Amino acid sequence: MTGGETIPIRESSDVIRVRAEVRRLAIGLGLGVVDQTKIVTAASELARNTLVYGGGGHAVLEVVEGKGRRGLRLSFEDHGPGILDIGQAMIDGYSSGRGLGLGLSGAKRLSSEFEITSVVGEGTRVVITRWN
Amino acid sequence: MNTPAINALRSLIADDGGTLLDEWLLSLKAAGGAANGRVNENELRTQCRDFLAALQGAFESDAPTDTHTAAYEPVTAILDEMSRSRALQGFSPSETATFVFSLKHPLFARLRRSSKDVEALGDGAWALTEVMDSLGLHVMQVYQTSREQVIKRQQEEISELSTPVVKLWDGIVALPLIGTLDSSRTQIVMENLLQSIVDQEAEIAIIDITGVPTVDTLVAQHLLKTVAAARLMGADCIISGIRPQIAQTMVHLGVELNMVSKASLSDALALALKRTGRMVVPRPIASKS
Repeated sequence: MTGGETIPIRESSDVIRVRAEVRRLAIGLGLGVVDQTKIVTAASELARNTLVYGGGGHAVLEVVEGKGRRGLRLSFEDHGPGILDIGQAMIDGYSSGRGLGLGLSGAKRLSSEFEITSVVGEGTRVVITRWN
Repeated sequence: MNTPAINALRSLIADDGGTLLDEWLLSLKAAGGAANGRVNENELRTQCRDFLAALQGAFESDAPTDTHTAAYEPVTAILDEMSRSRALQGFSPSETATFVFSLKHPLFARLRRSSKDVEALGDGAWALTEVMDSLGLHVMQVYQTSREQVIKRQQEEISELSTPVVKLWDGIVALPLIGTLDSSRTQIVMENLLQSIVDQEAEIAIIDITGVPTVDTLVAQHLLKTVAAARLMGADCIISGIRPQIAQTMVHLGVELNMVSKASLSDALALALKRTGRMVVPRPIASKS
């Protein structure tokens, strides 16, 4: 595992920065153009969730190794209100805001591994991994 | 701050016969503060001389160690000007800050020579360090602010990049989207499109997203809203330029763009022409023999 890169997410231009960095890492990892697009799009969804629903936070991007392969692991963490019902939040089309309600569930489908933990009143953490 | 230390500061520049300026310039150049000749030699000399004169004035004030007093205004004014112009010329932070920090060496050397005992040297060194560090921080602050202004201006310029709606044929307009679609820019783009649908009496609007690197749910939502609004204005939209990787990603994301889409802008134009009752045919060859 190489040292992760932390990017604060405080305004919408930070979402663009997260996307650019994820794309750069994905290219460096040798991911194909489809996988690149998938992980970048997933990162875009989660970074925007961190900003819009979590009230800002940060992303940690790292290259990980396991079972003889390499992957990109992205963690998004905020100290926002948290998610009361994760099961409901993962349903396609459900949004507590005004979005399409596909960000979280879509990001899961775009990743190899997906993990979400949330404590109401403390914040939310989503970790996704895309293996090469 | 005790009086000996203040007196030590005061005598530092006051006793100078012009050698301090030369020593400073030497130290400045050695540290890369002249940025490999990017700063004009005479200009640099004038800048340094003015700065020393201003600093001497400040040292002779009532509180020479407090750089926030009115006495330091001429000093900080010179630093402001220097930092700002260097930031705009693309100097690195260290090349800029060296202007102040390179003066430390000759000043400390003088202080050591003029101090009678260790205690005086210690006090003087502390007073001088305080002043120089504070001025150095000021330089960095101004440098940073100037850089931020540059970035902000560039951001504004980028967001103002017009997203023109082009007329392809009578009743057919196209909107080639390029770059990132954030909310404020999308709003402008959408208004432009709707206005030109009115102006051009367009029946069909082609939105080409070849130049959009990432289509996430927010971008999809913007597209859906634009298409819905155009439809209310009586125009049908065709989305073109969805690249294979974007198409696959959108399917995984679960986004359904319930609208007509074509792989390329030319396919979309062909469809638009067909829908408006036109066709493009090869010109018949005049004579066959």
